[in-house]
Amino acid sequence: MSNKEKHWQKTRGHMFMTLALWAFFSMVIFLFGYEINSMSFLGYPLAYYMTAQGSLLAFVIIIFWFANKQEKIDEEFGFGEKED
Amino acid sequence: MFKGGFIQNLPKIYGLYTGGFLVFIIMMAIAEQAGVTAKTIGILFVAFTVAIYALIGYLSRTVQVDAYYLAGRQVPTVFNGMATAADWMSGASFVALAGGVYFGGYSYMAFLVGWTGGYVLVSTLLAPYLRKFGCYTVPDFIGTRYGGNGVRFCAVLVLVLASFTYVTAQINATGTIAARALGIPFEAGVWVGLVSILLCSMLGGMRAVTWTQVAQYIVLIIAYLIPVFWISNKIGAGVFPHLMLGDEVARITELESQFGLVKNSAADMKSAGVPGGLKSIAVAHAGVGAGGMAVWKYISLAICMMVGTASLPHILMRYFTTPSVKSARKSVAWSLFFIFLLYSSAPMLATLSKISLMDPNLSTGIIGKSIADVQSIEWVKQWSSQKQVFIADFNGDGILQLNEWFMRTGVVVLATPEVAGLPYVISGLVAAGGMAAAMSTADGLILAIANALSHDVYYNMIDPKADVRKRLIVARVLLLVIGAAGAYIASMRITSILGAVAWAFDFAMSGLFFPLVLGVWWKRATREGAIAGMLSGLAAGTMYLIWVYPKFMGNPAWLGIDHLRFGLIGAPVCLVVMVVVSLMTKAPDAATQRMVDEVRVPSGKSILGRAH
Repeated sequence: MSNKEKHWQKTRGHMFMTLALWAFFSMVIFLFGYEINSMSFLGYPLAYYMTAQGSLLAFVIIIFWFANKQEKIDEEFGFGEKED
Repeated sequence: MFKGGFIQNLPKIYGLYTGGFLVFIIMMAIAEQAGVTAKTIGILFVAFTVAIYALIGYLSRTVQVDAYYLAGRQVPTVFNGMATAADWMSGASFVALAGGVYFGGYSYMAFLVGWTGGYVLVSTLLAPYLRKFGCYTVPDFIGTRYGGNGVRFCAVLVLVLASFTYVTAQINATGTIAARALGIPFEAGVWVGLVSILLCSMLGGMRAVTWTQVAQYIVLIIAYLIPVFWISNKIGAGVFPHLMLGDEVARITELESQFGLVKNSAADMKSAGVPGGLKSIAVAHAGVGAGGMAVWKYISLAICMMVGTASLPHILMRYFTTPSVKSARKSVAWSLFFIFLLYSSAPMLATLSKISLMDPNLSTGIIGKSIADVQSIEWVKQWSSQKQVFIADFNGDGILQLNEWFMRTGVVVLATPEVAGLPYVISGLVAAGGMAAAMSTADGLILAIANALSHDVYYNMIDPKADVRKRLIVARVLLLVIGAAGAYIASMRITSILGAVAWAFDFAMSGLFFPLVLGVWWKRATREGAIAGMLSGLAAGTMYLIWVYPKFMGNPAWLGIDHLRFGLIGAPVCLVVMVVVSLMTKAPDAATQRMVDEVRVPSGKSILGRAH
């Protein structure tokens, strides 16, 4: 397998991993919105908190994590961009 | 004081700008104390900020194609994040979002998740690859990846349909705000709004829009956050509302059961003469509906908005302007961070606004008081006269019940400073923020449409030999024509702000999402597949919309897929047709396959050059 193919394979794996986290915070937890709303976080009902703030914050963190890790993958295979 | 070039000095320039704006707010506050009328302050706020944007637009004028289309590909990561956030947060986000949460509760908040979660798709699936491609517009990518003018034209078609639905809503919002702040009729306000929008983009294209959007972001975020923090501290709800409103949310739930959540019948509202579009509080603030249908409604709306986000050309094109692929990726993260600042505040504003109104222990509370008293409150008088709030004494007891109080959703943001008893200077600030939000989105959208028509249709299809001067003249004329068309339609007041906004997402996802994603992630995708996918997805989505929308054919929604969610019909059709047709046709040639390989690697030259 060429260097490019290996790089792409790892990039694809990273993409699926990121989308799995995304699916969890955007869909899976809201499957149980009614059930988790009796729990509380920071004094807010949990489902209310997640849709008002929690999932949004999770997305921000996911994207920063995604970008940092993808940069490392690119550098590992010698495809990093030089600083300009 | 300014050594080095413009880009190196950006933090200083915008730092000074922010400081200047804060000084301006303080000056207005002093002017208010000195007896300057509320109306004058409103006019000064809107006029001053719009004049600044116009100045930035003028200073960013350009005669270079890559500056006009890509802002010279030198927008730093964080600033591009701010510009994208302004581009993204529309007049609807600013004015109507908190109101939507206020009246719609949990099920409405699917929009919050949808309009933020989409950025994960943008960063993982599209933005870095489109940046590497180096295209000027989204159809530029489709046209080059799949090859040929036919497929390019289909992409332009989807882009125009989605963006134009969106832009009329934005011009509508600028018109509403300009009309209110300047005290002119709505129809005139629309044209004033349009002129302000064009001042920002005409001379400098993407470059001018980028630098005005950064300025607009600063205004809109200050205008949104100051009232939230101020009210929260004023009523003693907590120093940092986002973390501390748990008690208020619980208190609202308690008050809801005390007052009772009553849904008024349409007949009652009609006979009491409630103006159209006004709502009463009838949905629990923090409660979650039980049952599979409630879950499906929530998740299906979130999916439509997320996938739609990742297909909207005016957002994707912002990531063409960064210096590198990795900065495009990081820039998506910063965009979402800046968006998060406002979106996470909207439910807090709704909570604060609702408790100010509902809690009888607060001096601002009006529910449970005598109607005669409430009607003599200054802000109630003012907003009633504009048919933005309304009181209907259904049971005739002279006491205001929860279901007898009606408001338009936009009022929640625009009137909350007055409701909570903040000085008028804050209301003026909020008007300037709403104007900034609507203008920045309108600018991005009009530019996306005009660039697609000038670069893809005019330059690539009609006159490939046109010189730079001619191309830029055509681009500017188109900007003017599209803006005028949008303003004309907006002045006819056809749809409410939010219905049209959700449609833009559904149109974009029906026609563009899979052709874009598969263009990068599936080498086997062919031109014929892309054309068939775009056209069938768009046709299926549109036909379903016509079939289900109450004002068109009004058939019952299939599986709960109503007119806000028609992308759930269009996008799967697009995917299936695109895959089947691609597999039936000949695989793309070796050159195209190499091009896709090249796109997948961040380093090296972009596929399309700086000037093309």
